[in-house]
Amino acid sequence: MGFPDQIERTVELAHPPAKVWAALTTAEGLGAWFGNKATIDLRPGGAAEMTWTTGDRAEMRVERVDEPTTFGFTWHIYGLPTEDPRRTYVEFTLVPVDTGTRLTVIESGFAQLPDGEYSKAFAGNTEGWASELGELVDYLDAA
Amino acid sequence: MPATDEVEAVAEQVFVALADPRRRGVLGVLAAGGPATATDLAIRLPITRQAIAKHLALLAEAGLVTAEHGERRRVRYRLQPAPMQLAQQFLTALTRDWDERLWALKDHLER
Repeated sequence: MGFPDQIERTVELAHPPAKVWAALTTAEGLGAWFGNKATIDLRPGGAAEMTWTTGDRAEMRVERVDEPTTFGFTWHIYGLPTEDPRRTYVEFTLVPVDTGTRLTVIESGFAQLPDGEYSKAFAGNTEGWASELGELVDYLDAA
Repeated sequence: MPATDEVEAVAEQVFVALADPRRRGVLGVLAAGGPATATDLAIRLPITRQAIAKHLALLAEAGLVTAEHGERRRVRYRLQPAPMQLAQQFLTALTRDWDERLWALKDHLER
């Protein structure tokens, strides 16, 4: 298969897990290396947000908090319409090693596609702007 | 959820469709102005009507446009964004760039 459903990277960091954990899960940490500014409510279901000076913004939902080994969140798939419900899941795993911490990040869910989306592509469904405009015309005609 | 190879086949058709500048032109006009007939497209693009018909057939095969039968037997073609969104997911995976982010994390921890 030519396209990945998940991306995985591992890095060795010369710092103890507690310090790496703080960089990943606090507003100060995330706002320093990931975004330019961040907020986070660190509990499953909690909201987090990162903003960049470029005006970009990422909203996350915290999914997994097992201090200091596993931190997971989902976020919107960049490039899809904002109302699209599909999200990818990002999970950081911290393993203590002699030299510090081995950090693995896995982002998964790139190949997901709900049935609805799929059938919409091929059923010749005529939903969308034109039918909405048609409804507007009907509404105005009826008035 | 469709099988992975099915999903990949859809994405491949999208990329094949986008590889041709004339088909990109057709898609661009449909995206900008909404549904159009082959004749409308031939007026707006530097392509013959015959070539447009050929490209529309390929785009329809890829699920990127659908034909609608309108009044006076005129067929209008409408853009279907769903296959494009699927291809976009693959592009997203390729542009995620965790390498640069993890370098930034390393830098941050050194400070």
